[in-house]
Amino acid sequence: MDFLNYAFMQRALLAAVLVGITAPAVGIYLVQRRQALMGDGIGHVAMTGVGLGFLLSTSPVWMATAVSVLGAVLMELIRWYGRTRGDIALAMLFYGGMAGGVMLINLAPGGSNANLMSYLFGSLSTVSESDVTAICVLAAFVLLVTLGLRRQLFAVSQDEEFARVTGLPVRALNLLTAVTAAVTVTVAMRVVGLLLVSALMVVPVAAAQQLSRSFTVTFVIAVAIGVTVAVGGTVTSYYQYVPPGATIVLLTIAAFIVLTALAGPLARRRARAAAAAQPAGDPAECSIPAARGAGDEVGV
Amino acid sequence: MAATEPVIALRGVTAELGARPVLRGIDLTVGRGEVVALLGANGSGKSTAIRTIIGQVPVSGGTIELFGTPRRSFKDWARVGYVPQRTTAAGGVPATVTEIVSSGRLSRTRFGVFRKGDREAVRRALELVGMADRAKDSVNALSGGQHQRVLIARALVAEPELLIMDEPMAGVDLASQEILARTLKQQVEAGATVLLVLHELGPLEPLIDRAVVLRDGCVLHDGPPPRAVGQHALPGHDHVHPHAPAGAEPIRTGLLS
Repeated sequence: MDFLNYAFMQRALLAAVLVGITAPAVGIYLVQRRQALMGDGIGHVAMTGVGLGFLLSTSPVWMATAVSVLGAVLMELIRWYGRTRGDIALAMLFYGGMAGGVMLINLAPGGSNANLMSYLFGSLSTVSESDVTAICVLAAFVLLVTLGLRRQLFAVSQDEEFARVTGLPVRALNLLTAVTAAVTVTVAMRVVGLLLVSALMVVPVAAAQQLSRSFTVTFVIAVAIGVTVAVGGTVTSYYQYVPPGATIVLLTIAAFIVLTALAGPLARRRARAAAAAQPAGDPAECSIPAARGAGDEVGV
Repeated sequence: MAATEPVIALRGVTAELGARPVLRGIDLTVGRGEVVALLGANGSGKSTAIRTIIGQVPVSGGTIELFGTPRRSFKDWARVGYVPQRTTAAGGVPATVTEIVSSGRLSRTRFGVFRKGDREAVRRALELVGMADRAKDSVNALSGGQHQRVLIARALVAEPELLIMDEPMAGVDLASQEILARTLKQQVEAGATVLLVLHELGPLEPLIDRAVVLRDGCVLHDGPPPRAVGQHALPGHDHVHPHAPAGAEPIRTGLLS
């Protein structure tokens, strides 16, 4: 446990834990809405923010937050109004954001694509004091939204049409989800990088689904997986000199594969338990009722 | 017809989907305690009509009032229970029956905080539709009919005065159809107002006070429901059989049930 003695490792681990919690906490709502790749899109847009940060010599984390929040709001607006050509508009937003980032960072004094690499794929060991402050503030916001409004976000993500009839402010909640997702992307940017951020939002949720039947349990397991792989990947990268972002994502996918393998036998056991609990008069096999009702005698 | 102010009032409502006019000026009034069926062929605009009432489809003309208030300024959504077509209600994450039904109670809570009474309301709603024993199961493990019963429990959990249902009997096995008909009967006897889209009258026929038939976005008929043989005469009538889970129920025409 000697790695705990290094300040950079303490910062890295704190950032990893916060990302491990927040990414699946937002990701679960995106998966529920079947917008699993939204995080990836926001990650592309955030690159322009990083580029702007370098060009204007301000904090890339805060600039990336501002730009990705803008991008996420724009995506949500496109979803409302641009139903017909929405996918094309989104594609332009994504690739424009990516190209803009590369261009801006090359224009920045002393900037090169090497700087960009640490944002694309994460660079845990260079997380600074001010980065940690920003990550803590943003993570607190994400947790406040995803836990405090969990019933409302669940309802809107599950069935938007029904949520409207319960009087929920559907558009405001959709915008809030988009903004929260954007904030999470920038929280995770320093840890796993913009190109891998979406994996940590989506894969722990997909893995947790293999075991659970409820939203709440899926949420808890997904966050547990997120924290485990984020910390595990960070520690591994300390000992093995491997890139932490890639390690974390590969560990997440490994967790998915292991849980999927476990899910088969578990489902069979549950099915057996359910069959045992069925009353004797209701067999699981097919059977033709001996006496049919009057309604069946229909002359055709 | 009810003497009191109407619960739902549509006057000259028009709506387009894309550039295609779907509603061409519909008048529809539902009085307090009335059970009105909206009938018509596929594409006649009956689902769109319902979705304009709840605000999911924007209207291009005419007025809509709920409980005497213009829909735009209507805020009292706890008085309305809505059962959408089952296909719209599928999320990408597993959810239990209780979790789904609980979301219907949000209109009765402050900031989504659940109290003891709210949890009891969820349990009661599940008992009404005979799904209390499946409360902790994932909705993905349910049959079409059971899923529909859960969606009805979700609409009833806020104890609404008005129920709006879009094809509640579509793809529902017979056992569930009977439970749904019984549940609806209890609600009507307790004074609920009901507007429902139906493809055929089926087992709900005895409950229905009035039928409104749409064709090509216009009201073709507004009056007593066409009885027995009569429904065959409706324009565009075609048979949609309840699709029972494989092997569970014999195929029926649904006419005599």
